[in-house]
Amino acid sequence: MAFIDFWKKIEPKKENKFAHATFDALFTFFFKPNLTTSGKGVHIRDAMDLKRTMIMVVLAMQLCYVVGTVNIGYQHFLALGVNTNIFEAFHLKLVFGLVQLLPIFVVTHLVGLGIEFYFAARRGHAVEEGFLVSAALIPLIMPPGVPLWMLALSIIFAVILGKEAFGGTGMNVVNIALLSRVFIFFAYPTYISGDTPWIAGLDLDNKVADYNWGHLMFNPLFESIGWSTFQDGHPIIANFSGATPLALGYQSGWAVTDPATGEITGGILSQFSALQMWMGGIPGSIGETCKPAIILGGIILLATRVASWRVMLSFAIGVAVMGLLFNVWQATHYMNVPWYHHFGMGGLLFALVFMATDPVTAAQTNTGKLWYGFLIGVFGMMIRVMNPAYAEGWMLAILIMNVFAPLVDHFVIEGNISKRMKRAKQYAKGS
Amino acid sequence: MTWGIMIVLILLLLFVFALLTLGEGLLKVAASQSGADASDYSVIPNSLGNMFTAAKTKPAYVPAGKNIRHLSRGFNINLEGIANSKSVIEPLRMSRYSIKPTDFIGMSPMPKLLVEIGSQVKAGQALFFDKKRPEIIYAAPISGELIEVRRGEKRMITEVTILADQSDIQYFQYENIPSLATASRDEIVKFLLSSGAWPFIRQRPFDIVANENDTPKAIFVSTFDSAPLAPDLNLAVAGKEEAWAKGLEVLAKLTASKVHVGLNSASDNSPASAYINSDKIEGVETHWFSGPHPSGNVGIQIHHIDPVLSGSSVWYTDVHGVILIGTLLLKGTFDTERVVALAGTELAPKYVRVHQCANVEGLLSNMNPDFADEKIWTKDETGKKVKKDLPVRKIRIISGDVLSGIQIERNGSLGFYDDQITTVKEGNYYEMFGWLIPATGHPSMSRTFPAALFSDISYVADTNTNGEKRAFVMSGEYESVLPMDIYPQHVFRAIMCNDIEKMEGLGILELGEEDVALCEFVCTSKQPLQKLLREGLDTLRNS
Repeated sequence: MAFIDFWKKIEPKKENKFAHATFDALFTFFFKPNLTTSGKGVHIRDAMDLKRTMIMVVLAMQLCYVVGTVNIGYQHFLALGVNTNIFEAFHLKLVFGLVQLLPIFVVTHLVGLGIEFYFAARRGHAVEEGFLVSAALIPLIMPPGVPLWMLALSIIFAVILGKEAFGGTGMNVVNIALLSRVFIFFAYPTYISGDTPWIAGLDLDNKVADYNWGHLMFNPLFESIGWSTFQDGHPIIANFSGATPLALGYQSGWAVTDPATGEITGGILSQFSALQMWMGGIPGSIGETCKPAIILGGIILLATRVASWRVMLSFAIGVAVMGLLFNVWQATHYMNVPWYHHFGMGGLLFALVFMATDPVTAAQTNTGKLWYGFLIGVFGMMIRVMNPAYAEGWMLAILIMNVFAPLVDHFVIEGNISKRMKRAKQYAKGS
Repeated sequence: MTWGIMIVLILLLLFVFALLTLGEGLLKVAASQSGADASDYSVIPNSLGNMFTAAKTKPAYVPAGKNIRHLSRGFNINLEGIANSKSVIEPLRMSRYSIKPTDFIGMSPMPKLLVEIGSQVKAGQALFFDKKRPEIIYAAPISGELIEVRRGEKRMITEVTILADQSDIQYFQYENIPSLATASRDEIVKFLLSSGAWPFIRQRPFDIVANENDTPKAIFVSTFDSAPLAPDLNLAVAGKEEAWAKGLEVLAKLTASKVHVGLNSASDNSPASAYINSDKIEGVETHWFSGPHPSGNVGIQIHHIDPVLSGSSVWYTDVHGVILIGTLLLKGTFDTERVVALAGTELAPKYVRVHQCANVEGLLSNMNPDFADEKIWTKDETGKKVKKDLPVRKIRIISGDVLSGIQIERNGSLGFYDDQITTVKEGNYYEMFGWLIPATGHPSMSRTFPAALFSDISYVADTNTNGEKRAFVMSGEYESVLPMDIYPQHVFRAIMCNDIEKMEGLGILELGEEDVALCEFVCTSKQPLQKLLREGLDTLRNS
């Protein structure tokens, strides 16, 4: 009770809109408000609210954060050719990962929530929770070395034009997290596609490790305990490429075997094993690499029924159908990647679990959800495999289907309407 | 690397196993401590079948050759404070009975009163009529003295109160009661209109009192109420079987088609034999339904048997209406006595036998005060924040059920159609991290609460909204509790856009407020759906 008195005492005046919106957001974070139902209508309400829904999604992706953080460091040291066992010099990997990830996380929240608070104050309504999920998703779909100013710019673009312009949480047409990513993709393509952006902390011109003060300030600490330290200027291994499995797949497919020796000389398998791709020891966006972590998140979302199983299932079916079709077709190198291995590569699973299932931008009807997911699977595979410039497709496929989701719903709704109209006409004729 | 992963996985498995074992043990200890059979409780489901499907067996009381309609969508809110039907139900006489014109949707604000204040009325005597539909007479539920006509804003009549006779009830004498064998439909309609029984018959669309100039597609009666803490309607017909049968006969005369009676096959107890045998009457058909709330709502049953279509109407009434009409034709008395459930945690739940529209004050004599002083932060004259003792409502009294009833004051009265008084705790309190903690003690359909694994927990409900109002975010929620071929979310969007054509096409005419009440309950965004639906229906009705 004393705590609530403290809050009531510091409550700013309603005229000070920004301060009051900020206070209200914080207050409702600490306390469930004392609002009661009206005297007409339902008198009791379900214990579920939007805050809890959103926090479930955020909780579901926590393991992706943990594994992603370690993987940033792991990939960095793989490129240097030192500490190549994941548990070797684990403290360096963890610290390296945190130093890369934390600023991204903080900037995302500061910029995004700042805009949210501002618009909430302007409109005079409460700060809505929607951005908390977007803000948790955005770091996971960014490359580990994304420049912070670029990140801030992309979030400003996504939140203002993608969401606030349409009226805030629940009104947006396209997925905010993907919109911020696609902004970087089109405005600064070299920072988010190709071989270079996926491993952080490297000076690729001089082919050496490149640490900043954020990493190096830990060196004295590690030295004092007697642990290994960051070596600024450590050379990169000779045959380093930084290519993701997707890029390798695009260049030369699943595996190129030497007919004489039977050795694998090219393709995805020459650098990554299938298990490695599943477990997440590959370069890529921060959260998309470790598939078991994503699947666990997916299980949480499905078990709590926060996300729609219809979208996930039909998405997977769409991918499988298209993958099988490509396997039969075999027109390019990329098409010979077995369809089931597509699930282990790139952002497919992350898109399936966390991106396509966004309830606001997905189709709203149950039948519509099946079509929506299926078409994302089909379009995404088409963009991933057939696109000559960019070997990944889920961001673009989901954004396309976000735009077309209302159309999918429209057909379902019209079907329902015409059924009812037909019945009414029949009745009118009969009587 | 793979070894590392294997070790982590094995450790994880061991951890989960240890957690399950510990949970199982604790559960059994808790079960045996509270006196339950420990073998009934386990964190591991005892068969896969139990996990995925509910048993779909046909209960013994369902007659051979009758099919059951299984409605899988819906939700039963388990609440504490259900009325116990085992004890004898005492007939009680309250001092006042108030009939509220506001209970009738679409009635003009100032109905024409036919009796002056201070004069004596008999049960069944005409009290007032709606100036827009003067044929329909609203009658006194009990005999006594008309003592008050309470008016609300703009002089709108909100309550017409009768001080009831405490001795024998004086019944209004009808001149010519039609005999069912000889009377035409018109004669019966005319009699029902003038006797005050007509308002018991309502129609879909719009839930208004039935339009006497229409011939309905069909007439529906639901013999069970699946709402939380609802009364057992078997008690309503006990001893009045003859009136029930007579009432159905009358209704069968009113429609060119059938009278459909909805029966519950989801309960352990059989419906009253009077209900089961309804189909022995000519023109009456019975239909068995099984499933969670809202399977007992007449709107749901209409949708599955003979749906409302544009340009047609379906009539319905409740068990009390059928019995009243039956008694009227059998005995010539306007007897509005009904079994009412007093439910909820704030009083000792029981059944009572009172007349319609009874003032509830006498029924709640044992209830705690519904207001209490509490220290509240307010601003004083100078604008400074101070803590002050102010009366705060602690208990809410609802005429009807918690999903679609109407809040009344302690000296208020039962609604015209209501047979239930529910009391719930008022939820005007703050709860620290109430949105985050996994166990809240509030009922929920969401699976994000561990309690969702146990279906038989009952809750002490309160009226807290458990969150703030938001825009529509989640989808598929409303569909999961509305067993109809309707897209509720799109209906609501059409209402918000005032798109009349779409509302009608999407089936708003089939919906009533009680049908979407469960949607409103589960709504994550805390939208006022029943209010919204009524706005849409009003737009259509007035267009």
